[in-house]
Amino acid sequence: MNLEPGTGGNSSRVESSAWLNKAAAVDLENLRPYGDTIDDGKIQLSFTLPVSFGPKAKAAGKALLENIGFKEVEIVHVKDLKEGFTFFVAYGRSQATVDYTSLQVVNPTVSIMDYSEINSFIAEKIGRPIKVVGACTGSDAHTVGLDAILNMKGYAGEYGLERYSGFTTWNLGSQVPNEVLISKAVEVGADALLVSQVVTQKNIHVKNLTELVELLEAEGIRDEFILVVGGPKIGHELAMELGFDAGFGPGTTPPEVASFLAQELVLEGKEEN
Amino acid sequence: MAKLNIDSGIVARCQQAAKTIADGVDKEIAGLTTTSIERTVLRLYGVTGVDNDDIPVANIIVDQLKEKELLAEGAAKNLGKALLSSGLEIAELTEAIAQGEIYLPQLVAEADFSDRRITDFLIKLAEKKSKEINNNRKKRKNLQKELGLGSQPWLYVIVATGNIYEDVNQARAAARQGADIVAVIRSTAQSLLDYVPHGPTTEGFGGTYATQENFRIMREALDDIGEEVGRYIQLVNYCSGLCMPEIAAMGALERLDMMLNDAMYGILFRDINMHRTMVDQHFSRLINGYAGIIINTGEDNYLTTADSLAEAHTVIASQFINKEMARRAGMENELIGLGHAFEIDPAQENGFLLELAQAQLIRQLFPQAPLKYMPPTKHMTGDIFKGYLLNGMFNLASIITGQGIQLLGMLTEAIHTPFVQDRALSLENARYIFKNANKLGAEIEFKDDGIIQERATKVLEEAGEMLEDIAELGLLQALAEGYFANIKRPVTGGKGSDGVLECGKNYFNPFTKIFREEMLER
Repeated sequence: MNLEPGTGGNSSRVESSAWLNKAAAVDLENLRPYGDTIDDGKIQLSFTLPVSFGPKAKAAGKALLENIGFKEVEIVHVKDLKEGFTFFVAYGRSQATVDYTSLQVVNPTVSIMDYSEINSFIAEKIGRPIKVVGACTGSDAHTVGLDAILNMKGYAGEYGLERYSGFTTWNLGSQVPNEVLISKAVEVGADALLVSQVVTQKNIHVKNLTELVELLEAEGIRDEFILVVGGPKIGHELAMELGFDAGFGPGTTPPEVASFLAQELVLEGKEEN
Repeated sequence: MAKLNIDSGIVARCQQAAKTIADGVDKEIAGLTTTSIERTVLRLYGVTGVDNDDIPVANIIVDQLKEKELLAEGAAKNLGKALLSSGLEIAELTEAIAQGEIYLPQLVAEADFSDRRITDFLIKLAEKKSKEINNNRKKRKNLQKELGLGSQPWLYVIVATGNIYEDVNQARAAARQGADIVAVIRSTAQSLLDYVPHGPTTEGFGGTYATQENFRIMREALDDIGEEVGRYIQLVNYCSGLCMPEIAAMGALERLDMMLNDAMYGILFRDINMHRTMVDQHFSRLINGYAGIIINTGEDNYLTTADSLAEAHTVIASQFINKEMARRAGMENELIGLGHAFEIDPAQENGFLLELAQAQLIRQLFPQAPLKYMPPTKHMTGDIFKGYLLNGMFNLASIITGQGIQLLGMLTEAIHTPFVQDRALSLENARYIFKNANKLGAEIEFKDDGIIQERATKVLEEAGEMLEDIAELGLLQALAEGYFANIKRPVTGGKGSDGVLECGKNYFNPFTKIFREEMLER
């Protein structure tokens, strides 16, 4: 299923019928959330206020959402979390809209291939396995994301890079100092560095990632590697800002990263030639 | 209660192999101590505080002794000599060292006392300090009797704000919402610090530093709320990493109730040296056992790196080993909270049946253990709605199979450390299912040739084979070859190896003897 928004009826196998295209059209220049009717603007929310449970807390929850700009605010559930905390579930009608037609999205420019396509792409265009060194850097001990992309087993039914004939991988695991990652990359002659950052409290990830780029630049070897970062709070835009070549967010599967690395390496090779 | 048919012959073989494995470890660690154990001995004697650079006095002393090659007879004897030759109380001596006014090896050199005089002095002092810990154990028992404990599975939640005072607010709210157990997650990377930070702390990453003062603050706050809600609230921290035994001592002194404490976790997941870990875990467990603290082992972690279907038997093999090693440190079965987890891919057909097989098998293999059951983490995503349902299935598996310690899953597991409402929702989820399906386990039977029975039989057989392989190889070699969690570690590598020391022939640690003997008498 790959439907254009609001044009679902057009992909139907039926050419025409009593129900086709009868619902109101979507105004893509003034896109609003959808509950059960076009342009109803309904949004579901849940949040906590640090005040004691009671009628006044409920009024505060409603007033807060009105101050944000929601109309027709309904507080549908209020719960006493004790110790001066109150939890709310609420609905509101959003007044905000978005112009879908003029929206630009920054993504790694890549066409996603599957496991065997990637392997043959690498065999044909590069002629040797791509060397990838991965690590959770700094104090980060969470290897779930790194393992999902790198390890044999992979993620969401997709093999990890270790399994590909087109990749040779080194998974350095958790809490790896940037210096160690770099020296391993130099030692094995890596093509790409894969950094995973899960812990983002107090922007510790930004510090870690910036430090890596700075160290590479100081050594004059930044351009020798493709730099990729992933994590639940990582986006491509942030990655680019920090001087990486790509950033991958939550739900990324190994073929997405593999496709990027393969195509980026070919692209860089062309530039060098 | 629904029961699986379990081949007692295989169970006996598993137990025998675990004994052989533990014999091998005992040989490896005989005659060894570590810098962290020596610091622990000092802490047990009451050495506390830090110098102007925030370096703990226990570290200062042990580093000085190591430099002067005085550690072979243990920190205790050196401390005894210093106390006798200076005539100071421990608090005075500690303060003077923190101020840089006293250099301990100097006092040791000046000491001229018979070995008998020193050891008698040290034993007397150690008995006094041990009594404080034993009193904490009795106080816990009395409070639990007076206030009562929640019924099992106990509801276990974590707080992880980084600020101990914020943690207190969240923990107290959780207790009022029905939590039985509160764990304060440690700041990430604390496990690799070779010292324990000091004092109350208000900044941490992904958690709050384990310090003795933070322990004390949270203990007081939970005792207070426990009285109000009429339930003893149990407090948990992490007895792992390079300071494993020191954290055990701090927990014993501040009456923590549970400690994450695994024989192999540090080796596998933190790349800590094998000998360091094996020596440290033994002394840590002596302390935990003596203090009546329940340990939680870390087998659940294997399934986050390895395949939860193919590697299910590694969890059980490891439980046999962890249990045997805890028993050798004098721990009662009732204190050995073996860990496992609900980590099978939710897309797996009949995956819930396989989870039931695993949970029920473990329940029957270790009937006295307060089993620690960990929620799904690996397959949690940003889809919090699906996550909430997964946690409900996890809770259902637990109530059917009678688990002991239910670490509640957070619907936002994959996103952030828990918000206050995430915790409240998890408690509501568990309480609903535990009450609503309370006697389900007692009502059902497992089919003889059914999916659940066959799965359990297969996993136990594989665990038995694995244990016999390891018994032949030795545990250290098995860890080197990647038997657990698909992680390989070199036998002589890893962090903290420079802290492993050989005991001299005059080595003396009075606490080992006191703890062991008193536990035997209980």
